[in-house]
Amino acid sequence: MKVENDDWFYTDEVKEHFMNPKNFLKDKKEVKNFNAYGKVGNMKCGDVMELWLLIEKNKIKDAKWRTFGCASAIASTSAMSEMIKGMTLNEALKLTAKDIMEKLKGLPAIKVHCSVLGDEALREAIKDYESNNN
Amino acid sequence: MATKKVTKKTKKHDKEIYFDYSATTPTRKEVLNEALPYFTEKFGNPSSFHKTGLVAKRVLQESRETIAKILNCEPVEIIFTGSGTESINMALKGIAFKNMIKNEGRGQGTFITQKTEHHATLETLQWLTKFGFNTIEIDVDTEGIVNLKQLKKDIRKNNQEGQPVLLVSIMYANNEIGTIQPIKEISEICHKEGVLLHTDGCQGAEYLDLDVTKLGVDMMTLNGSKVYGFKGTGLLFKKRKILIEPLIHGGGHEDSLRAGTENIPGIVALAKALTLAEKEKKKESARLNKLRNYMIKKIKKEIPRVLLNGSAKERLPNNVNFSFEGIEGESILLRLNEVGVRVSTGSACASQSLEPSHVLLAIGLPHGLAHGSIRFSLGKDSTKQKIDFTVRELKKSIKFLRMISPEWKGAKNKEAKK
Repeated sequence: MKVENDDWFYTDEVKEHFMNPKNFLKDKKEVKNFNAYGKVGNMKCGDVMELWLLIEKNKIKDAKWRTFGCASAIASTSAMSEMIKGMTLNEALKLTAKDIMEKLKGLPAIKVHCSVLGDEALREAIKDYESNNN
Repeated sequence: MATKKVTKKTKKHDKEIYFDYSATTPTRKEVLNEALPYFTEKFGNPSSFHKTGLVAKRVLQESRETIAKILNCEPVEIIFTGSGTESINMALKGIAFKNMIKNEGRGQGTFITQKTEHHATLETLQWLTKFGFNTIEIDVDTEGIVNLKQLKKDIRKNNQEGQPVLLVSIMYANNEIGTIQPIKEISEICHKEGVLLHTDGCQGAEYLDLDVTKLGVDMMTLNGSKVYGFKGTGLLFKKRKILIEPLIHGGGHEDSLRAGTENIPGIVALAKALTLAEKEKKKESARLNKLRNYMIKKIKKEIPRVLLNGSAKERLPNNVNFSFEGIEGESILLRLNEVGVRVSTGSACASQSLEPSHVLLAIGLPHGLAHGSIRFSLGKDSTKQKIDFTVRELKKSIKFLRMISPEWKGAKNKEAKK
């Protein structure tokens, strides 16, 4: 990977989401405010991601998450949580790892699998919602 | 004395705090100054017959003698190389190629090493299996100390079963967890069985005894970049009677074992660096031992659910390595980096292969704890104040990362211990 920045390995966008992550679940008690839940893990590198959604009228009203993993895994979850708020479920299902990466202005090739977790967790949560509401 | 409570904000330490001396050291001023003239006015090639060349040849000879004295060997037994990695390659492949020449191009025999070795050793020996050699990696215990019984057994078994052991290669001290191997005992075992021993001494050079006669090693690798010398410099001590093939051909340099115009400034720097290390060894080791113990104690006291990796007793004076439950090492590393603290991790996330450290897996850590490991390696610049600042920032980073981690079940949760 080309080094473009002297004091930080990733892009500035990754840094901002990693150092000041948005929408993470501070307290487990908040869970009751949500009606959909997804959890995915990456067997290879051990990353784990949990996602809680509040879905109303087919729209994602709120999203919270927790992630175990490297900076890019944390940043990509944080970025995704901002992107999906306000999306309809159809829009959300179309969200790809590439979209999250673009929002972060890129990730090192070897780290791409980390951001893939975000959209997988999202699909899991939507699946959970649909199975509870059908 | 009354103390006023001040709210502390995360801010960058005014200077960087470097706790990664096992990755590399800066060059000491004394070392640099000693080497500088050999870049410019004394730039000669030791192979030239004129005066400019002779000046270089002379300092090459003097540097070799200086180092030979420190290692307690003959000057001719020192081969200068371009790195520790090269020296290791030279020792292992040098023996292997000699064997292949004898056996019409086919490798015959066994190399024995152990599981927490540097990749320079492990990958070289894996590669050599392509030529027919047998490679054995001996287990270590939970502190990272090599299993001597297994070593003895494996040497005997292979010697008897027609795959004679050509060389045992075991590091002096480990780069990640700082475990010091009982090299003297290992050399006694090897010699009793009539087998040669090479040791990778790169991490120990600054702090441990380098007397090759006392240690009983037949070959030893050292380098400049871990002892406040230059990167791109190294040496192999090799007992005179041991015959190896060179890796690099093209001239009679280094007793025809390593062709290429000698890196005179680097060699001068290496000699100076090892001289200073030898002179200050006792005092600096004692100073760092104290600081290391202070840091270990402080981390254990301040942060719940941590695990010290490596040995409490057989440990380099400058190594502190912890696993933090429920979080991942690269995240800790990068948050510390933001406040000016430089450390390293055994986490897969910070490796090119996305595999966690083979060292931590070898001492029996589950993947999760191997992921959550941080190495602090101390050095000349390390002080109690820097440790205090670092542990304070570490504590904050860990608290934050645990808060956003689904793997963190709380300080008292039994499940988290898995």
